[in-house]
Amino acid sequence: MLSDNALKRIDRELTKYPADQKQSAVMAALAIAQDEKGYLAQETIAAVADYLGMAPMAAYEIASFYNMYDLAPVGRFKLTVCTNLPCALSGGVHAADHLKQTLGIDFNETTPDGLFTLKEGECLGACGDAPVLLMNNKRMCSHMSTEAIDQLLAELRAEALAKPAGPKS
Amino acid sequence: MSAQTILTAGIEPATADATWHLDDYVGRGGYAALKKVLAEKMTPEAVINEVKKSSLRGRGGAGFPSGLKWSFMPKAYAGTKYLCCNSDEGEPGTFKDRDLLRYNPHQVIEGMAIAAYAMGTAVGYNYIHGEVWDLYARFERALDEARAAGLIGQNILGSGFNFELYAHHGYGAYICGEETALLESIEGKKGQPRYKPPFPASYGLYGKPTTINNTETFAAVPWIIMNGGEKYLELGKPNNGGTKLFSVSGHVVRPGVYEVPMGLPFPELLKMCGGMRGGRKLKACIPGGSSAPVLPAEIMMECTMDYDAIAKAGSMLGSGAVIVMDESVCMVRALERLSYFYFEESCGQCTPCREGTGWLYRVVHRIEHGLGRAEDLDLLNGVTDNIMGRTICALGDAASLPVRSFIKHFRSEFEYHIDNKKCLVPPEVQREGSKIHVRPSQC
Amino acid sequence: MLDIEIDGKALQVAEGSTIIEAAHQLGTYIPHFCYHKKLSIAANCRMCLVQVEKAPKPMPACATPVTNGMKVQTHSGQAVAAQKGGMEFLLINHPLDCPICDQGGECLLQDLAVGYGASASRYQEEKRVVMNKNLGPLVATDMTRCINCTRCVRFTQEIAGLMELGQAFRGEHAEIMSFIGQTVDSELSGNIIDLCPVGALTSKPFRFSARTWELARRKSVSPHDGLGANLIVQVKHDRVMRVLPLDNEAINECWLSDKDRFSYEGLNSPERLTRPMLKHGGQWHEVDWQQALDYVAHAFKDVAKNHGGAALGALLSPHATLEELYLAQKLMRGISGVAANVDFRLRQSDFSQDGKRADGPASAPWLGMKISEIDDLDRVLVVGSFLRKDQPLIAQRLRQAAKRGAQVSLLHAADDDQLIKIHAKAIVPPSQLPRLLAQVLKCAAEAKGVAVDAAIGALTVSAEARAIAASLLSGAGSKAAVFLGNLAQQHPRAATLQALARQLASLTGARVGFLGVAANSVGGYVADALPGPDGLNAAAMLAAPRRAYLLLNAEPELDCADPQQAMAALKQAETVVVLSPFKPAGALDYADVLLPVSPFTETSGSFVNTEGRVQSFNAVVQPLGETRPAWKVLRVLGNLLGLQGFEQDSSEAVRAEIFAGAAPEFVADRLDEGASGAALDLSIDAGPLERVADVPIYAADALVRRAPSLQRARDAAAPSARMNSTQLQKLGIAAGRQVRVKQGAGSAVLVAELDERLPEGVVRIAAAHPSVAGLSAPSGAITVEAL
Ligand SMILES: Cc1cc2nc3c(=O)[nH]c(=O)nc-3n(C[C@H](O)[C@H](O)[C@H](O)COP(=O)(O)O)c2cc1C
Ligand code: SF4
Ligand code: FES
Repeated sequence: MLSDNALKRIDRELTKYPADQKQSAVMAALAIAQDEKGYLAQETIAAVADYLGMAPMAAYEIASFYNMYDLAPVGRFKLTVCTNLPCALSGGVHAADHLKQTLGIDFNETTPDGLFTLKEGECLGACGDAPVLLMNNKRMCSHMSTEAIDQLLAELRAEALAKPAGPKS
Repeated sequence: MSAQTILTAGIEPATADATWHLDDYVGRGGYAALKKVLAEKMTPEAVINEVKKSSLRGRGGAGFPSGLKWSFMPKAYAGTKYLCCNSDEGEPGTFKDRDLLRYNPHQVIEGMAIAAYAMGTAVGYNYIHGEVWDLYARFERALDEARAAGLIGQNILGSGFNFELYAHHGYGAYICGEETALLESIEGKKGQPRYKPPFPASYGLYGKPTTINNTETFAAVPWIIMNGGEKYLELGKPNNGGTKLFSVSGHVVRPGVYEVPMGLPFPELLKMCGGMRGGRKLKACIPGGSSAPVLPAEIMMECTMDYDAIAKAGSMLGSGAVIVMDESVCMVRALERLSYFYFEESCGQCTPCREGTGWLYRVVHRIEHGLGRAEDLDLLNGVTDNIMGRTICALGDAASLPVRSFIKHFRSEFEYHIDNKKCLVPPEVQREGSKIHVRPSQC
Repeated sequence: MLDIEIDGKALQVAEGSTIIEAAHQLGTYIPHFCYHKKLSIAANCRMCLVQVEKAPKPMPACATPVTNGMKVQTHSGQAVAAQKGGMEFLLINHPLDCPICDQGGECLLQDLAVGYGASASRYQEEKRVVMNKNLGPLVATDMTRCINCTRCVRFTQEIAGLMELGQAFRGEHAEIMSFIGQTVDSELSGNIIDLCPVGALTSKPFRFSARTWELARRKSVSPHDGLGANLIVQVKHDRVMRVLPLDNEAINECWLSDKDRFSYEGLNSPERLTRPMLKHGGQWHEVDWQQALDYVAHAFKDVAKNHGGAALGALLSPHATLEELYLAQKLMRGISGVAANVDFRLRQSDFSQDGKRADGPASAPWLGMKISEIDDLDRVLVVGSFLRKDQPLIAQRLRQAAKRGAQVSLLHAADDDQLIKIHAKAIVPPSQLPRLLAQVLKCAAEAKGVAVDAAIGALTVSAEARAIAASLLSGAGSKAAVFLGNLAQQHPRAATLQALARQLASLTGARVGFLGVAANSVGGYVADALPGPDGLNAAAMLAAPRRAYLLLNAEPELDCADPQQAMAALKQAETVVVLSPFKPAGALDYADVLLPVSPFTETSGSFVNTEGRVQSFNAVVQPLGETRPAWKVLRVLGNLLGLQGFEQDSSEAVRAEIFAGAAPEFVADRLDEGASGAALDLSIDAGPLERVADVPIYAADALVRRAPSLQRARDAAAPSARMNSTQLQKLGIAAGRQVRVKQGAGSAVLVAELDERLPEGVVRIAAAHPSVAGLSAPSGAITVEAL
């Protein structure tokens, strides 16, 4: 189910917690699984639960509670743009509108080519750099003016062309 | 920048992103405090005492005296005790811990190690906000550096003192900033706060005695140890010791993180940020993060930036997140967005918060969209009456305080909305005021 | 003790109590939803907020510990405002359509809304709708009604032992659900129906069939496992509509197993026999009682006269009442004297202890302690038990004990997840159980410096046995027990296992207990439903077929150890008289008389549970059709046969006769405490592959087998041939393939299934199912070949 590499990474997380507290690694394990599979399918969650010796429902509670897990497939590039008040005061909503227009999709939608999914973010903890967006849960993009957004989209499209069905960054 | 900085001292903005390593930190005098504690064999009581004298108050929001908190940890406890650092910075408007972890992670590590020594906690976790992956990765590298240098781990610097420290990465839940939700989250559960009592000092992580402090709180500790509690207190004002990081966002020319002494007049802070953007007038300010009551310009301009003064003005210093709003802001719309946030982030555990935050949001949303009713403002206040003080954690209050304060200070604007089914501030003005604030992108 | 005051009334409460517990002590009701005395404290509903002097805000009574001098007001302005506020929030998203809700009339929310709700709602927005979930055949959902008190979630986690339900998502989107698409399969699942304070979780079989106020509530006792759970049977128009637990801390606490709760459906089964029937020339005819009883009396008299009393045999169900068992054996003794062949131990295979029990021939193997004493044990070894499925609520008590720190170890032939924290375990083929237990004994004896039997001394002690022994020994002066489960009691070397257990217990200061298989596993001994000194036991009277049989509530093709042999014996008999509430398919073939007798709900009677407690109950409904209580039928048969001592005019009179006029709460003097002198026999050669058989929970007796909803549960799946991967590989069989299994002269065709929880060298094939009636004993050598 999960690759050896993923299991190795999960094992490393497990070393952080007491031996009888394997469940502590569930958040990291689900994140690792999601990185590998693109999203958390039911079997993936069950496999993680099994690996950590916890009830699948307990793992599902986690996967559905924390925002950054995706329970359904998303595009190759998931863009989470913050529209919370501090960001909104400095263009967060404008940035979101620009993304919607350029990509032709609304929040929680994926472009037909499967490249982009747009999500509305709550505070990313980077309000001073508004507008901000987070790419695939990992890469924080600050000061995203319309030009910067266009540039980012172009870069990601180019990356997709260069490495067609490659794994998520 | 003002006279004395202790959290950002020696860090040059231009190179900050490259000077976070152990060597750089040691070059800035880092880890001297930990070495001092160990070399001088300071007693744990002496360390706690120094922190007590400093009047350091928790930087996570509640402002609880840190030395006092540390003294609650049972001393004779036989099993493992835990120390947790709260870097789950998710309160809208707050982004200071991000800078600490970005530019000075070792200062946090050193502060934690000293705290661990003072409280006898053998294991620690730094819980890092989900959305800042790069900081989590960096913190792990900093931990590797510290471990390799014998600054954390077993038998630290040959002193016999052991402290294992790990990073735990959040994954997108504001509530995990609440300290007991954070503990649940480390335990691999949903971030649903625990009812207190029992308090973490007696029943914390894995049921063991645990202390939780904010990142900035820990970061202040090395300086206090090196320079003494009194010195720290003197940096600020009585009962409000030291300097503080303020995250300034919104309608200022240069949003960002500013370290200033406690008690700095707000207008001075505003000046440091380059003043109001586009020369527009200050309308309102939330001085302590989104859950602090909003203050209108005239009150805010009279405030000094410290716990007591802001509390006296009817708000909270909270995490020091200053959200500045100018006259282009529609207060109904601003509240609508904040209410949506609390509705979205309620953990869903206890009834008043789970049901009440949705109710609040829907009514504010309705008013903003021209469907308000005359009785709605009383209804909103009534609903907050039924939430506040009746929930398991303070998120219920956090969701209520903005509603009450926005209505209190800007009632006429809400009434205008209800009566005229539109904003008092014309939409074009709003759009213009909140348009993208162009600065170089960093991605 | 702490001195506190609630609503002006002073009281003393134990340290560590919460306000709600203190109020309870005073009889003061504090409204609540999430709090439940048996579950962890969640404090999430916020309905129990009360005013505490000096506290700035109202405090949740369920979660606030009392402190000395505390003054609590449960009805002050602040408290009532908080409670009303909580109620308003609970109702804003709750449908207000009680008349169409199945919980209507027994809904905590409805009740409390009357006291704390407002007449008009201030909430004008749209209400939340939550998708229903399919949790299986027993629990119906109406999730929009859920108030997220999480009682059900905590129950599955804490009491049932596996978190089958959870609260997914967060905030207003929080939903109670099982892991996507999965059913709730716990054998205790029905308790979440009782726990749910609203109509979100209701009984699927009962759904919308009656309103609570239309139902009469009558007390009864469960006829299934040895626990004897106390029941409230709810009745409408002389029909059992629903079964609920009757709180009894000493027995079932506030719980019921699903078997106890839902088996009532079998009472209304279309297979019910409602008139006596006779077979004439291969054809069944309904007859009146007189005719039927005359026929039986004549038939028995003829056989006895022509072939002697020993030509008759009686097989009695251990689920029959004490009074029925007593009269049945008395009848057989009346006919056959000391040669009476009568027995109720239908699944037992080792009878070598008979006549050797220290406390007399009819002294009953029992739990060895009160059920409630399980809670205080700190060292436990369970030998040969499908614990969770055989005794669900005893397993539950052990689960809680383990959570409190008791070390529970297991010696068994299958590593089924007991959902109990197991300290040490040894999982071996059934034939190896005596040897493993002997190893544990050897290890303990060595530690104590006590000599053991040479056969035991020669054994090599495995690490598993060592760990088990170490655990038992580590509880010096502690409360320890060695429990023998169903498999151990039905094992071909049961006597050896018992003797080893007793020796081990005496070395380690433990007590020995038998986990009661059936409602009257102890009662059968008390009733003396056992062969006389010259009589044949259950196995022997099938091995040496009789000319006539009396079957009381028994379906030997499913209930006897060797179904194949049972069928052969019954088929060759001249006369088979069946007393049963049902028309069993097998009986239609081999019987010549069917007499409709009452199930437990239609007769008075008693069960003696595994702790020796005598629990009598009354009929809760009238007998169906011409059904008659079996004790009456047996008494009339006694009269018709001209026997002495059949004058009882009530079941109470029968019971009085059994106990010589007394009405004991416990049968202390008839319980087997003895050290027995059984010879140890460790050698079983079961060949390279042997069978292990469980009696699946919903196949264990005639009533539950006819309960349709339980038969749709996962635990009711038809038997397969289960083996671990090594064994499958050895045999070259792929999981999912059809296989032929052969045992003795019999065989069956089954599907091979992978089960890594089995040791090598065994194939697990459940018993008590028509598809395996062709097989012989539940243990012993077996072969499996691919088809
Ligand atoms: C809803 C909620 C969110 C919180 N978020 C944070 C947070 O992001 N960071 C933080 O340090 N404290 C946060 N807190 C406060 C913590 O519960 C806790 O008081 C703090 O971490 C203690 O550290 P300190 O004493 O150093 O401030 C939050 C509290 C609440 C109720
Ligand atoms: S949450 Fe509430 S009801 Fe539930 S019991 Fe407590 S506080 Fe009470
Ligand atoms: S409000 Fe957008 S990052 Fe904080």
